[in-house]
Amino acid sequence: MKFIDEYRDGNAARQYADAVRRIITRPWTLMEVCGGQTHAIVKFGIDELLPKEVTLVHGPGCPVCVTPLEQIDKALLVSSWPGVIFTSFGDMLRVPGSHTDLLTKKAGGADVRIVYSPLDALKIARDNPGKQVVFFAVGFETTAPANAMAVFQAAQEGLENFSILVSHVLVPPAMEAILGAKGNLVQGFLAAGHVCTVMGYTEYEPLAAKYQVPIVVTGFEPLDILQGVYMAVKQLEEGRHEVENQYARAVRRDGNLPAQHVIKEVFEVVPRKWRGVGEIPHSGLGLREAYRNFDAEIRFGLGDMHVDEPPECLSGLVMQGRLKPNECPAFGSMCTPEHPLGATMVSSEGACAAYYRYRRIAVEQDSVRS
Amino acid sequence: MSTPTTPAFSCPVPVSRHEHVLLGHGGGGQMTQLLLEQIFLPAFSNAALDARHDGAALLIGGLRLAFSTDSYVVKPMFFPGGNIGTLAVNGTVNDLAMCGARPQFLSTGFIIEEGLPIETLRQVVASMQLAAAAAGVQLVTGDTKVVDRGKGDGLYVNTAGIGIIEAANPIAPSSVRSGDVILLSGDIGRHGMAVMAAREGLAFESEIESDCAPVAAPVLNLIEAGLDVHCLRDLTRGGLASALVEIAETSRLHLGIEDALIAVREDVRGACEILGLDPLYVANEGRFVVFVPEAEAELALEVLSAHAVSANAMAIGRVTQDPRGLVTLKSLIGVTRIVDRLSGEQLPRIC
Amino acid sequence: MCLAVPGKLLSIEGDDPVLRAGKVDFAGVQKRVNLSYVPDAKIGDYVLVHVGFALSIVDEVEAVRVFDYLRTMGDLAEELGEDVTK
Repeated sequence: MKFIDEYRDGNAARQYADAVRRIITRPWTLMEVCGGQTHAIVKFGIDELLPKEVTLVHGPGCPVCVTPLEQIDKALLVSSWPGVIFTSFGDMLRVPGSHTDLLTKKAGGADVRIVYSPLDALKIARDNPGKQVVFFAVGFETTAPANAMAVFQAAQEGLENFSILVSHVLVPPAMEAILGAKGNLVQGFLAAGHVCTVMGYTEYEPLAAKYQVPIVVTGFEPLDILQGVYMAVKQLEEGRHEVENQYARAVRRDGNLPAQHVIKEVFEVVPRKWRGVGEIPHSGLGLREAYRNFDAEIRFGLGDMHVDEPPECLSGLVMQGRLKPNECPAFGSMCTPEHPLGATMVSSEGACAAYYRYRRIAVEQDSVRS
Repeated sequence: MSTPTTPAFSCPVPVSRHEHVLLGHGGGGQMTQLLLEQIFLPAFSNAALDARHDGAALLIGGLRLAFSTDSYVVKPMFFPGGNIGTLAVNGTVNDLAMCGARPQFLSTGFIIEEGLPIETLRQVVASMQLAAAAAGVQLVTGDTKVVDRGKGDGLYVNTAGIGIIEAANPIAPSSVRSGDVILLSGDIGRHGMAVMAAREGLAFESEIESDCAPVAAPVLNLIEAGLDVHCLRDLTRGGLASALVEIAETSRLHLGIEDALIAVREDVRGACEILGLDPLYVANEGRFVVFVPEAEAELALEVLSAHAVSANAMAIGRVTQDPRGLVTLKSLIGVTRIVDRLSGEQLPRIC
Repeated sequence: MCLAVPGKLLSIEGDDPVLRAGKVDFAGVQKRVNLSYVPDAKIGDYVLVHVGFALSIVDEVEAVRVFDYLRTMGDLAEELGEDVTK
């Protein structure tokens, strides 16, 4: 596949890893803030290719993982109601709420359907005028333009049986929360490439300056990640802290203006709770006044739920990069993909799930050079 | 793994907290495994069952017979390249072939939801007749039940089959040996993506058709050629990964495969990329793996390539000694990682 | 957030800026994709698609830079007398 296969070339990957090896003189800790990048790193074994001086930690880059318990519980509540068709991206189906998850609800008879796009949910609403269709609008800025457009179109059509349950989060405030936290170990960031196709990367410039960390906008294929690491390490070795764009084939500095425009039309910035991290001000998106009639929380009177997370679950620390999944006492015993305690074990992008699937037993045969 | 610094939790064994059967229990992954291990195997334990192969190898009156059963609950019932009927016939035919047997007779049971159009039933049955003829088997007995409207997904079909084992030595995971080469009969992922293409909410346009087909002919050829086939397994739900993990666990040997060697058709890959699915776990219905000693691999590939259904067979890895019974994959960039079962069914993702 | 896949734009339908859509090809698989966010996309362009929306046109010139960069590093390493082929 064009623009994918070339970036998975083994020789080029090893060359990049060697290049990092040539310039690195001391240990550096880099954080990648996107579940898709975590997935690629663990799936292809990118971190094993890199010299051991590079430590890659996985940040709260999986919107599935950071969706607060309250929102999952609200989703579960709404999905159980007769006359409701609950639509969602596949990622959310297995995330545990306080007592159960959407997949279990589905097994119990709830009409829960997986969709590829919010536009598919709109279509279901049009095709089922007698039912209420709710769409679980989860995601980072990457998905916001799509969700915004779905609401915009619904408003234009006067569609009365469509609403969204919003749990949108923004990346820069999360990065700032990590950088500003006491005991922060992160020295550089690989910024989420697809978030930046929408938002551009001007927002990172003040962060890089304030916290003196290099931030490299990075793609998702092995070569992208390796080049991103190389660029970040080079900056660190040279004492620079700038924003650079590795993913220039997809990302422009100002981002996608029409997309930003529609996001601003439909959504506004609100405080949001991040599962395992807590509330971060100005870190989420909520529907604007003019579109609030499409808010499922209002339509269904979901109110204000507050839920505590299981104390054994340390996914918060994992997401802040302060704990590796295999360092958590519950990892692999009380907490496995079959019965996860926290979202990082549920989501295929979650650091804990990735570690469990690919790493839980050390593989002695190392065929890095072949 | 570093030692945890907080007090350790007491029970290291994962406990299944499911009180109800979930969809994931039918996915062919970890949850199905739990159902097998906790409920079915302990109750029915015997030598044939415990061999944990696709079909049972039995000795009756001096004759070595293979006996197998499969049920089909697929939705949509009709998909590009086949329907529930073709799956039902070929599924059991292939399970028997995986025992090194020549499939001969099938039974079939239908559970029909009240309200199913007779025309639909007629089409399914007509397909089964064609599939049976193509596979050289006869449907000799059957049963029909009708359930209330709303209590079934239109139609469920079960088939069971019997055949005489032609392989001299037992073909099973327990026969796999260190040094064996792992062969794959063709490209993977077609069936799962063909079905996905028709699913509401996920649909896409493509020419991907299910690879549903009988595979007894190439298998019997391998046996006739005098090859020492150690193990066969057809890939179904759970894909290539699940089939290999089961064999590795049962045989307690290490299976090492290479991503670069595993064929996936371009359009199947495109579909997987869009939906965020891993082809290794996508369902197949006309593909199988073969374990043969290294010295016979080349001849085995020659035999397989003479048949349309396995024309593009390839070697994808080998077996080595390691009682942990893992499957590992060498990625495109040369790093090796573990291949595990999935927890339930693989779901499309956007993240 | 994350899964965006590059595909080739085969056809465009409609002029309405909000509803503008097109057929995008991903190695033989085709999906109808909303094009409102890439008003400049032309047939034959590669676009990055996420949940049914094209978010960006792939810049083919930049796409090659990843490899040029590698080549430059390779040349540099050779200049410094290092063995890049090990």
